[in-house]
Amino acid sequence: MNSRIHNVSRRDFLKSGAGLTLALVLPAAQAAQPGVAGPGIAGSGPQAAGGFSPNAFVRIGGDGTVTVLSKHLEMGQGTYTGLATLVAEELDADWKKVVVEGAPADAGRYNNLFWGPAQGTGGSTAIANSFEQLRQAGAAARAMLVQAAAERWKVPAAEIQVANGVVSHPGSGRKAGFGELAEAAGRLPVPEKVALKDPKDFKLIGRSAPRKDSVAKTTGQAQFTQDVMLPGMLVAVVAHPPRFGSTVRSVDDKAARAVPGVADVVRIPSGVAVLADSYWTAKKGRDALQVEWDDSQAWRGSSEQLFADYRRLATTPGAVARRDGDAPGELGKAAKVLEAEYDFPYLAHAAMEPLNCVMRLSAEGCEVWNGEQFQTVDQANLAQLFGLKPEQVTLHMLYAGGSFGRRANPLSDYLLETAHIVKAIDGRAPVKLVWSREDDMRGGFYRPLYLHRLRAALDGQGKPLAWEQRIVGQSIIKGSPFEPMMIKDGVDATSVEGAANLPYAIPNLLVDLHTPGAELKVPVQWWRSVGSTHTGFATEVFMDELAVAAKADPVAYRMDLLAAHPRHVGVLKLAADKAGWAKPLPAAKDGKRGRGVAVHESFNSYVAQVVEVTVAADGSFKVDRVVCAVDCGIAVNPDVIRAQMEGCIGFGLAAALTGAITLKDGQVQQSNFHDYPVLRINEMPKVEVHILPSAEKPTGVGEPGVPPLAPALVNALYAATGKRIRALPIGEQLKA
Amino acid sequence: MTRFTLNGKQVSSELPDDTPLLWALRDDLKLTGTKFGCGMGLCGACTVHMNGAPIRSCSTPLSAAAGARITTIEGVGTERAGKAVQAAWQKLDVVQCGYCQSGQIMSATALLASNPKPSDADIDAAMSGNICRCATYVRIRAAIHEAAKALA
Repeated sequence: MNSRIHNVSRRDFLKSGAGLTLALVLPAAQAAQPGVAGPGIAGSGPQAAGGFSPNAFVRIGGDGTVTVLSKHLEMGQGTYTGLATLVAEELDADWKKVVVEGAPADAGRYNNLFWGPAQGTGGSTAIANSFEQLRQAGAAARAMLVQAAAERWKVPAAEIQVANGVVSHPGSGRKAGFGELAEAAGRLPVPEKVALKDPKDFKLIGRSAPRKDSVAKTTGQAQFTQDVMLPGMLVAVVAHPPRFGSTVRSVDDKAARAVPGVADVVRIPSGVAVLADSYWTAKKGRDALQVEWDDSQAWRGSSEQLFADYRRLATTPGAVARRDGDAPGELGKAAKVLEAEYDFPYLAHAAMEPLNCVMRLSAEGCEVWNGEQFQTVDQANLAQLFGLKPEQVTLHMLYAGGSFGRRANPLSDYLLETAHIVKAIDGRAPVKLVWSREDDMRGGFYRPLYLHRLRAALDGQGKPLAWEQRIVGQSIIKGSPFEPMMIKDGVDATSVEGAANLPYAIPNLLVDLHTPGAELKVPVQWWRSVGSTHTGFATEVFMDELAVAAKADPVAYRMDLLAAHPRHVGVLKLAADKAGWAKPLPAAKDGKRGRGVAVHESFNSYVAQVVEVTVAADGSFKVDRVVCAVDCGIAVNPDVIRAQMEGCIGFGLAAALTGAITLKDGQVQQSNFHDYPVLRINEMPKVEVHILPSAEKPTGVGEPGVPPLAPALVNALYAATGKRIRALPIGEQLKA
Repeated sequence: MTRFTLNGKQVSSELPDDTPLLWALRDDLKLTGTKFGCGMGLCGACTVHMNGAPIRSCSTPLSAAAGARITTIEGVGTERAGKAVQAAWQKLDVVQCGYCQSGQIMSATALLASNPKPSDADIDAAMSGNICRCATYVRIRAAIHEAAKALA
């Protein structure tokens, strides 16, 4: 991926005049609190008098407050802090006076530079695509403040210094804050191009500036979609069908309408919505509904049957994603062939904030409050439904209580559900759609169920001569607007990423793909680290199996095949060194110990992890420690990077230990955290994160820490017990 | 009508007795810092204090709050322990998405009230009812130790 700025149009850097003030009607108690990082509502912050807005990303108030407009969603990954750091660095701002606001939906100004003309957050791109753009934005503002000071003090601009929010002229001893110069700076032309700092002069980048959302999120003031209340708003709870593809046959809503506080019951394409004055009333109404479902078009298969079908498919060639040499030929004549199949279940995102959306229709258009991850797609889908122009769809980007990919839905599923409800009541009231945990767990758009079949031929020294990897699973991209770009010759790039770019030097390599699912109605979607959630596991566990067969050390075996990939080598070596790989793992009284390793690149970031486990006699085990090394280019905020690696490790561990959505007769068998357990604090290992120093452009950290965890863990369990886990989740397999 | 003390103030709610306290706090009394996560007392996002003890407000009927002293994330900072916990959370930048953190802070504050110097094992035991899907657990442990130190 290329992080060169290639499509910043000139108008990005033209003055935006009065700036971005969107109407927002919220009760006073919900309004932005001064001194607290913005609640993520575009334009809701105070517009101090005498300020200026040199471009779409920064506004400097007469009181000296620097407001950074974030084009990306803050869903936990530290995006608001990182983007503000880029602006503040070049502006030489006082970090304490920097606040962040969510930008409005406007792809003309706020597109993701890696996504062409689309605005949205995902693929660990927020910092990577903004790195130069937001530094330019800060540098332009700084240059204008300097020029304003030079004219006021009648001194050469070159003699003026800026540090920590203060503009000064050492020669004359004159000083001014940003606020005092803002109005004058606003009358100056915006410079076309401004020189950026030499990285050696960075004061904030690389120094772990404190997060901008900590205060709001520790005092209950941070505003999520769930917290939005509009005058006259109704809360909607929807009865969804029990199977994907079912429809409503008939509804008896008498009892539901009799619940005091229920305002309406409406049929929508995705089910039956009950509208009420509060969530609890709406839910009571839904509980009282009598709905008869028509299952004639429903998918009634099971996970078990899918695995059986996929296993059969995996014996036949698929669409080729990568071919070097002749792997099948080499496998046919090799003396030593290894084979393994790896199974991956459906996974739910299960973010802490169940899906929700607030929407209001007016004569001017449609207004949405949402943990908004996919602005351009959501604008287009909503505009189409309502017969509006995309720019008539106003999106207020609030904090999202997690997403892990779910809130960037190519079909805008839950936004359109809200829109259908608003439409069904003729827009007479704003609507807050609230999914219960059960709705969220059973609502589909899962990480797809996958099966990988791998075969390898080893030479006399145990080195791989051939590697064949067959991948079977639903496409995330098929049927989405991204199909023309991301599916080539029958290969969905997201199904094979992490496998088709296997870094190991193997002369004969074949990666191919089967994409079943034309009739399979289980909706699927990207899930934190996408294809690498399964390819990272299959490749790194199989590599461990190869090393075992070659009687080689798993780190040395990999190193030997990675000569052409210094960044893989860099993190692998760092993780192994810090974990003390060269020394034997200390024994434990209460079980057998084991240590495993994995290295994987995703989203242009490189991560290696060493996992240490203790397995008790009954097969129960504890993950004691994870040592993680990451190379994500320039570390914009090392503490946020550490936090992301910690979080990715916990997220990956949850999936490895217990994560599984299973289907039977077309029905999802899980519903809440008792049967879809996620990681709890008592299961969290000690984590050590080491960041490889780098001068490369920054790459993402929100996802790349996830893929290595599960394979490193399974490899550690093998080292401890000699039992090879080939199906996730691990569950009780060691107890069998 | 149910009357109780909320963050030091007398309040009342006319919602039906069986309404979970969570929804009375959020939808009726407009304190939205307490979060809805699972509705079954499984995730702890809705944790508040009732007479000083942590409870899951999503599965506590409003009627159970009658006459009680309820503290939420919006009020816990006026207490010494709550303030120390919030400060530790901020110092260590515990939060990521932040949605569960009100509940985490309420559970942590209650833990420190009964155990001023908790071990990692004590923390794991007291906090295992609070899910953080971002897995900020390493920092939650560290921040509780930090707050304990500040309060000692």
